[in-house]
Amino acid sequence: MTNEQFQRIGETARPKVTIVVDGEGITAYEGDTLLTALLTSGRAVRSSEFGDGPRAGFCLMGACQDCWVALEGGGRVRACTTFVSEGLSVLRAGPAR
Amino acid sequence: MTAHRILIVGAGPAGTRAAETLVAHGLRPVVVDEGQESGGQIYRREPPAFSRKGRDLYGFEALKAARMHRVFDALKERIDYRPATLVWNLSRGDAWLAGPRGPERLSYDAILLASGAMDRVIPFAGWTLPGVYTLGGAQVALKYQACLVGKRTLFMGTGPLLYLVAYQYARHGGEVRGVLDTARLGQGIAALPKLASGGRTLLKGLYYHARLHSRGVPMRSGILPLAAEGGAALEGFRYRDAKGRERRIACDALAFGFGLRSETQLADLLGCDFRFDPLNRQWLPEIDADGRASVERVYLAGDGAGATGADAAELRGELAALALVKDHGGEVDERHMARLRRGLSRLTRFREGLEAAFPFPRHLAGGISDETILCRCEAVRAGELRAAARELGADEINRVKAFTRLGMGRCQGRVCGAAAVEVLAHCLGREVSTLGRLRGQAPVKPLSIAQATAPEEAGGSEKAA
Amino acid sequence: MSERIDTEVAIIGGGLGGCSAALHLSRRGVPVALLDKGAVGAGASGVNFGGVRRNGRHLEELPLAERSLVDYWRKLESWIGSDCEYAETGHLKFGRDEKDAAELEAYAEQALAHGLKLEILSRNALEERCPWVGEDGHVASWSPTDGQANPRLVGPAIARAARAEGVEIREQSEVTAIVQDGHGFELETENGILVRAKALINAAGAWGAKIAAMFGEEVILETVTPQMVVTEPMPYVIEPVTGVCGGSFYLRQIPRGNIIIGNGGGGVAELDASRAYVVPERTLETLRDVVRLIPRVADAHVIRVWTGLEGATPDHTPVLGPSRTTPGLFHSFGYSGHGFQLGPAAGAVLAELVRDGKSKSEIGAFGIERFAKPEEGSGGTARRAPNRRS
Repeated sequence: MTNEQFQRIGETARPKVTIVVDGEGITAYEGDTLLTALLTSGRAVRSSEFGDGPRAGFCLMGACQDCWVALEGGGRVRACTTFVSEGLSVLRAGPAR
Repeated sequence: MTAHRILIVGAGPAGTRAAETLVAHGLRPVVVDEGQESGGQIYRREPPAFSRKGRDLYGFEALKAARMHRVFDALKERIDYRPATLVWNLSRGDAWLAGPRGPERLSYDAILLASGAMDRVIPFAGWTLPGVYTLGGAQVALKYQACLVGKRTLFMGTGPLLYLVAYQYARHGGEVRGVLDTARLGQGIAALPKLASGGRTLLKGLYYHARLHSRGVPMRSGILPLAAEGGAALEGFRYRDAKGRERRIACDALAFGFGLRSETQLADLLGCDFRFDPLNRQWLPEIDADGRASVERVYLAGDGAGATGADAAELRGELAALALVKDHGGEVDERHMARLRRGLSRLTRFREGLEAAFPFPRHLAGGISDETILCRCEAVRAGELRAAARELGADEINRVKAFTRLGMGRCQGRVCGAAAVEVLAHCLGREVSTLGRLRGQAPVKPLSIAQATAPEEAGGSEKAA
Repeated sequence: MSERIDTEVAIIGGGLGGCSAALHLSRRGVPVALLDKGAVGAGASGVNFGGVRRNGRHLEELPLAERSLVDYWRKLESWIGSDCEYAETGHLKFGRDEKDAAELEAYAEQALAHGLKLEILSRNALEERCPWVGEDGHVASWSPTDGQANPRLVGPAIARAARAEGVEIREQSEVTAIVQDGHGFELETENGILVRAKALINAAGAWGAKIAAMFGEEVILETVTPQMVVTEPMPYVIEPVTGVCGGSFYLRQIPRGNIIIGNGGGGVAELDASRAYVVPERTLETLRDVVRLIPRVADAHVIRVWTGLEGATPDHTPVLGPSRTTPGLFHSFGYSGHGFQLGPAAGAVLAELVRDGKSKSEIGAFGIERFAKPEEGSGGTARRAPNRRS
């Protein structure tokens, strides 16, 4: 089984950007959406609030609302329409209390 | 009529042509679009840091895409362009925006909605597993992010997009595990007379099919989806083949879809009349031949008012904009409008052929197991809908929503609504058209409270109206 | 004529009060027909906030509210076969300054005389018990026995129980004409139903005054449109239902995580078309107010807003009781935005009025005669300060 959901097919000459996922840095590229960054380093972006398991987005075009990811400082962003930026810090497990 | 403030929502092919047409008639429309750049979904552009060629991104459509982008870019100085901005609520005369400029209310005299469409889906067991995407989503990953949605991708569903995206994946080096079509081959042949009106589009479809075949990609028709399987993420897909045998294909990604579903929420907020469209099996805003809605000064164009495809969207965008100009006292070329209508009716005929060849597999609704999640947002299962129908007397889709929370989540039922009403129809033995439609409510997409309550931008354009 | 129903009691309006009256009557063996112009429980009683509170109510309403709580809300499961997500989470009413504190203390003292025990929480106590309260939360009154329920479920559940008892319920059946003669009432609906009944209950909500006017009873009923907001699911921390002095908003969170917020109104109402529209500026204003008191709400996204049509009387107290002009006619409307909690008991009162000619609850303050013009007779005039909704 693969550990990454998305597979890059090139375009890796872009400048690198580091984001923080559950406290650990991962490398992405400028122009990546948060969804791409999360799924090129794992297979899920969040857990369903209602206990039915992990989710990893669905439509990728801002319509299905399946990929809202918790920000470390509070709030959420829709991963498929949010570009990565240096230091962006998210929590796959969902917002802290 | 230059004093009129015209609002266009959407900057795909319909919105782009509409803006071009209005500008040509001396207007300066406001164009609000959720995308970072124009193009819509079909001609979506990759972010600036990328460097691929148009041919890589759009295949046969590269020239059209380039033309659409050029047209829009040339307009930028002559329109009031609001990219990355959501119209979250509409009333007759006002639009509420949320975007980089902060919250804003914008008054308008006329509005043209070109809100596009998304994949139409029907749930099956396991469809919420990581690794399961829409066909459109799989294409966005490729076009917009230079990514494949998995290492070994299986394609399932029906419609032209099924073969197109599978072909694109194969061409970009993806391992295509198969193409499973719920339509039977015979349905395609029966629809040939209507499909023939599609000319070039039909040929492209045959080309994708042939290329996939020559690459040895297994292609099956008349299949019945059973389940996406896996622990924490997708590992395989089970289906029944046309002969009724159960099959399983190992894969780590599944892209599926069954044609398109129009995004009609904004027209709904404006109180436009809707009619049940048997072709799309969806409630659609009523429009006349040129795109006028039932509410004055509201115009609809593109896939948002019934999915007819990108080429038709261009014609519809131009036609609706001309209708708008005419209704506001401007001069229009009537003969040109007639030509546009003729072109549109040819494309509409082709579209009817497509729906016949690749019908929405509503027969699947009855077979969805009670444990299967229908509403992804609220994790409402098919059994809950059926219990609401049978035990609580929910005989209308909004009643189901009230009792079960189906369609009440972040997406407001745009993903599951079409399938849910088919499940309800099957459960009650009723026609889908008699079961109502999920009503659109603001905000059409989630609205950040922190952003919405931030102070409005000084000199907000409301006063300038 | 598509159908003819001969019955004892006809009820116009399938909200909480109407459905509850139907259930109570049918359980006493009285034949009932209930007509609703839409779906039962889908009007104000289905789209309201869902607060089941006594804290902050008019003192006159407290006995009825007590009856509703003790006899029905706490026994929903055995009464109608479903708990409708009722939870006794308590109710907190916030004050922002010393003036509010004085108001809360004064009310607590008066309420105690009516059997409602409230506890005043100082800023320190608030910080300890509700760490999610922002700086604007200066003081609060705490009512541990108030709670909340899912309004979308309650009305339909009562209606189902009533139907099971034999009540003839007809939905999508707007009453277009009422004739009264010596034998009773004859109602006609737009879809061709004719109902004959000896008694009539007007439980028509925002349209209640129109029905009353047919019998020469004028009530000035303002149509109000409370604006509701629901957020995406957030970590569940706000357990009690909350409100605030001045009534600018009320808020609750359900265990699923969604936060539900409402305000006093300000939408656009089209009573004749049965439509109401949210006015976003009002919603945003309410949200700004909320964030000042409960800052964490700013982290959430709104996923839906809605509103509905409700009737408010000049003194913001319901009309509940017999008609002044017409024997056999009983009114129950004008709950002014805080009728959800009262609905179950209001139905019990109506059943008593119809059957026994009097109620065991104290309802003197709710008589329609209080709105009668002086020359029309005995009634008083509107006398209370406006109340805030639940």
